[in-house]
Amino acid sequence: MADTRWFEQGPKDLQPNPKKRESKDLWVRCPGCTEVLYKPALAERDAVCLHCGHHFRLGARDRLALLVDPGSFTEADADLAPSDALGFVDSKSYPKRIEIAQKKTGEVDAFISGPAKLHGIDLEIGAFNFFFMGGSMGSVVGERITRLFERACERKVPAIVISSSGGARMQEGILSLMQMAKTCAALARLRDEAKMPYISVLADPTTGGVAASFAMLGDVIVAEPKALIGFAGARVIEQTIGEVLPEGFQTSEYLLDHGMIDRIIPRDALRDELAHTLRWLLGQPNPSAPVE
Amino acid sequence: MDMVLEFERPLVELKKRIQTLQDMQEADGLDLSASISQLQVQAVRLQEQIFSDLSRWQRTQLSRHPHRPYTLDYVKGLFTGFRELKGDRAGHEDAAIVCGQAWFGETPVMVMGHQKGRNTKENLRHNFGMAKPEGYRKALRLMQLANRFGRPIICFIDTSGAFPGIEAEARGQAEAIARNIMEMSVLTVPIICVVIGEGGSGGALAVGVGNRVLMMENAVYSVISPEGCAAILWRDRAEAPTAAEALRVTAEDCLGFGVADEIVAEPPGGAHRDHEAAIASLGEALARHLEALSKMSPQEVKDDRYARFRKLGGHLEPS
Ligand SMILES: [Zn+2]
Repeated sequence: MADTRWFEQGPKDLQPNPKKRESKDLWVRCPGCTEVLYKPALAERDAVCLHCGHHFRLGARDRLALLVDPGSFTEADADLAPSDALGFVDSKSYPKRIEIAQKKTGEVDAFISGPAKLHGIDLEIGAFNFFFMGGSMGSVVGERITRLFERACERKVPAIVISSSGGARMQEGILSLMQMAKTCAALARLRDEAKMPYISVLADPTTGGVAASFAMLGDVIVAEPKALIGFAGARVIEQTIGEVLPEGFQTSEYLLDHGMIDRIIPRDALRDELAHTLRWLLGQPNPSAPVE
Repeated sequence: MDMVLEFERPLVELKKRIQTLQDMQEADGLDLSASISQLQVQAVRLQEQIFSDLSRWQRTQLSRHPHRPYTLDYVKGLFTGFRELKGDRAGHEDAAIVCGQAWFGETPVMVMGHQKGRNTKENLRHNFGMAKPEGYRKALRLMQLANRFGRPIICFIDTSGAFPGIEAEARGQAEAIARNIMEMSVLTVPIICVVIGEGGSGGALAVGVGNRVLMMENAVYSVISPEGCAAILWRDRAEAPTAAEALRVTAEDCLGFGVADEIVAEPPGGAHRDHEAAIASLGEALARHLEALSKMSPQEVKDDRYARFRKLGGHLEPS
């Protein structure tokens, strides 16, 4: 999928990195209904298809810009950089893959986070960037998420993570698996010590080691419509059990039916709905209640 | 039928020749002792040579050897009074993980681990040690039970991974693994995890958040199987040996990354050649670590585990 910035105007600190290469292609085919869409018009609609409601994937900054109060986000831990602890080489070396992903996205790694406000509520928030190596979680992503939870714990504010990731980053081997333990331990402290809520937002796709850690541990878990969510890959399952998978398997709707998530919220309602739930979790009054 | 790995074959054949000579000597009353002792010296040398220079793929093959001691072999050899405790209390029982009460010396402990089968019948029952959500939920239930009564927990890890199936996904495989990882991190009793064979990704980590993580000498621990990694990055499962090298899956690798705290020595030729020696070797290490951890307060135990995992990673800090 093309890496496209949908938002031309957002809060200053969520502006795209100028080093990022802009896509020249102005048209994109919707995978939901096969209509050809004009990208600037699609961006106006938060990257949701006018015809079928398909939710296109979004980069991390675009996601955050959709949710946080303008100007309220300050990026944290931007100076953490990936390293090649294993000396991993397949058809390309891992440093080369990082370099390509950094050029393509203008980002250092696959997760952006920091303190922000959402409808005036002070919180810690972070989002995955699927366009950076499939949003895979290596040490930088794991460390940023851990610090997000630790800051939320320290400041006694809620946390929100928007996941969109294929899972652990193979090129960091066993160290990427350990990020699951590191992040979940920090999350437990937020729950037990600060007693502050954490909302997990699942976007397409949330699978593997990200699904099997903080993503499925929200006090409240919400998902965008028709997102792919699961632990094992569909092909692996088919090969193992030798059966064709049921229609709609591992979608948001399937998880909702099976009791694994609380709600499905379309993108245009996400900001208000997150605020609504946060207010309840924080014991604040309901602003939409009728005035006496 | 003895299963022999390719690189073990010369050694096994040499040992067969020794056996043949010994049989001849006994049957015919010939004195072949000179030849026999010469071959025995050769066998020791050959074994040292093969096992001093194992590739990461050969280690992976050893870790999966069907004659290695499995969880219940270690349980039988190291503990007394074992009674299996079952069920997730939510409608399911999964024998891919076995759990139970036991005593380690004088100490009452909770033991659990992935269980592989030695034959088709056993493998059907234990699903090759690949757990479903109910397996992880049972494990967590019993870890929390142990925690309430202050009993240390010993986890044996030996799985190619969590079971990839429709029902497993429908019942929340990802959530079950995630829940275990988080809840293990807050327990206040000592947890010692031992990778005895295959440490397969999230399915291993779901019972792997310990104060100490030990690895048997020929065990492996990896984020993805070499075959799976090869299929994705090399688009060819036959490249698994290359992927195993790249992923750095051995006990020595994991020790270097801080992912393992100690390598438990196996008898010459591997644990599958001498169960008793492998079990005794682990018993010594378990006793030592349990003794050290038992000196900590519950809060210290919890903080120790947090600190252990908190520092794992390979990112670069600004200078
Ligand atoms: Zn469409």
